[in-house]
Amino acid sequence: MFGSIAAIGAGLAVLGAGLGIGRIGGSAVEGIARNPEASGKIQTAMIIAAALIEGVALFGVVVGLLGAKA
Amino acid sequence: MDLILPDLGLLFWTGIVFCCLLFLLAKFAWKPILNAVNAREQKISEALELAVKTQAEMKALKAENDQILKEARAERDSILKEAKDAANHMIEDAKTKSKVEAQKIVDAARLNINSEKAAAIAEIKTHVATLAIEIAEKVVRGELASDEKQKALAEKLAGDIQMN
Amino acid sequence: MQHLSKLSFFMRKVAVLLAFMGMSGFSFANEEKEFNVSEMIMHHIKDAHEWHLFGSEHGGTSIYLPIILMDQGLKTFSSKHFYHGETVEVPSKDQGASLHYMKGVGPAAGYALYHEEIYKLNASGELHFDGEHPHNAQPMDFSITKNVMSLLMGAFLILIVMFSVAKFYRKNGAVAPKGIAKFLEPIIVMVRDDIAKANIDEHKYEKYVPYLLTIFFFIWFNNMLGLIPFLPGGANLTGNITVTLFLAVCTLLVTLFSGNKNYWGHIFWMPGVPVPMKFFMMPIEIIGIFTKPFALMIRLFANITAGHIIVLALISIIFVNKNPGWAGLSVPMALFISILEVLVAFLQGFLFAMLSALFIGAAVEEAHH
Repeated sequence: MFGSIAAIGAGLAVLGAGLGIGRIGGSAVEGIARNPEASGKIQTAMIIAAALIEGVALFGVVVGLLGAKA
Repeated sequence: MDLILPDLGLLFWTGIVFCCLLFLLAKFAWKPILNAVNAREQKISEALELAVKTQAEMKALKAENDQILKEARAERDSILKEAKDAANHMIEDAKTKSKVEAQKIVDAARLNINSEKAAAIAEIKTHVATLAIEIAEKVVRGELASDEKQKALAEKLAGDIQMN
Repeated sequence: MQHLSKLSFFMRKVAVLLAFMGMSGFSFANEEKEFNVSEMIMHHIKDAHEWHLFGSEHGGTSIYLPIILMDQGLKTFSSKHFYHGETVEVPSKDQGASLHYMKGVGPAAGYALYHEEIYKLNASGELHFDGEHPHNAQPMDFSITKNVMSLLMGAFLILIVMFSVAKFYRKNGAVAPKGIAKFLEPIIVMVRDDIAKANIDEHKYEKYVPYLLTIFFFIWFNNMLGLIPFLPGGANLTGNITVTLFLAVCTLLVTLFSGNKNYWGHIFWMPGVPVPMKFFMMPIEIIGIFTKPFALMIRLFANITAGHIIVLALISIIFVNKNPGWAGLSVPMALFISILEVLVAFLQGFLFAMLSALFIGAAVEEAHH
């Protein structure tokens, strides 16, 4: 669909982001299980951290879009 | 590439629209909404505070009420007791009084009866005496119808007197 | 739960119906040329001077939006004069492919529209291409494009909704909310408490609440409008780099103008580190001022654009394979992504406001040590 090398790059970015967000989610669940009272704060921190990682992954998407022919 | 290049026209319109939106919303939406929400929160916290205070007051009031009730109950008990005592006393009094009265009445009645009895006896006595006298008169009249008889009698009487 | 499944069933039915409707449009187009997924998607996520309603791309039904140009005076005319103008075909450098642009007619004479950009025709009355991009001059284009239209409608919608909420409170005073106020109040309170109060100093946060509320609702409402596939929505407004750039610049300006001595101190002369380190930190911190809003800009742009691309790509499965049977795969997947996008629409608004509050909070923070 798009430039195939860009697509591979986007795939790699997604891989990294997936690993990162997976870790955040896992740790957050662990944290909530240990300390259920702090679930609200943990969730907020989790979402912010996930968004930051997602942002990096989306840089990958943007670079992929740069290779797109329109 | 032009996907990630900003566009002057859209930037211009976004700026205008966003600034207008910010101004209008801040002035006519966020301010009244936040004011109302804050006012309500204030009201709720005040109401909660008041509720706690009222609860404490209620507790104090209840304690006071209980105290008053207790006192009232004690007073009532004492009044009742007093009343009962008074009633008993009165009954007792009335009883003795009535006894005395009854005794008096009985005594009076007895006295009356006795005096009546005496009077009746006296009357009977007089009656009997009269009757006796009448009879005696009649007898005497008969006795004394003749001279001898008068003489005999006189003698006899004289004899009696002499014997006395 | 049952409600939800009923709803999703209904939505699926609607989606299948829409897909079939699209199919019929596609089959017409098919007679002309091969279906190009990339081109279709790029066309949909980019701005346009018309609002395409239905039918094939050229010759279908569209709303022609006004064009406003600043080119030696103000020039306004309908975009109809481009779309119903003269289509010019130019051979491309690519193997045998050709580029199309539309020469304006009537009031639009002297201008041409190529890939939704307006160019001035050169002396010989055409665009001069070098590769894929024309080298002609461009007039300043202040047109009411599809995105501008969507922006206006979104702003109008926010105003209506928020004014009705405000009216409720003005009328009823500080009472328990009802109707739309009941729905929006928790969100407003969330922005105030969880976003503003949690990240900005307790004595200073109030000043920033209106800004954060506006930015949150602006992004959220426009994200949701973008998810609607037909008229009131469908534009890729919050997935447009210009809009996210503007919002990020707003946050940057608010942050810079509210920065106190402590904030600037941390940037230019980091306390608590050795002097050589201070010199080393300074450029990093200065770059940091700009990378934070830059990340905000890219995040919103890429998230929303990627969402649109995924939905369109999944629907395109049907047309690439030229078999309506593929709808069985593509429609549930597109539905799933659409529902995910509803969550993302909220989350991105929340995050933008949250991170803005975080930056502002760091700028107004007083020194503790």
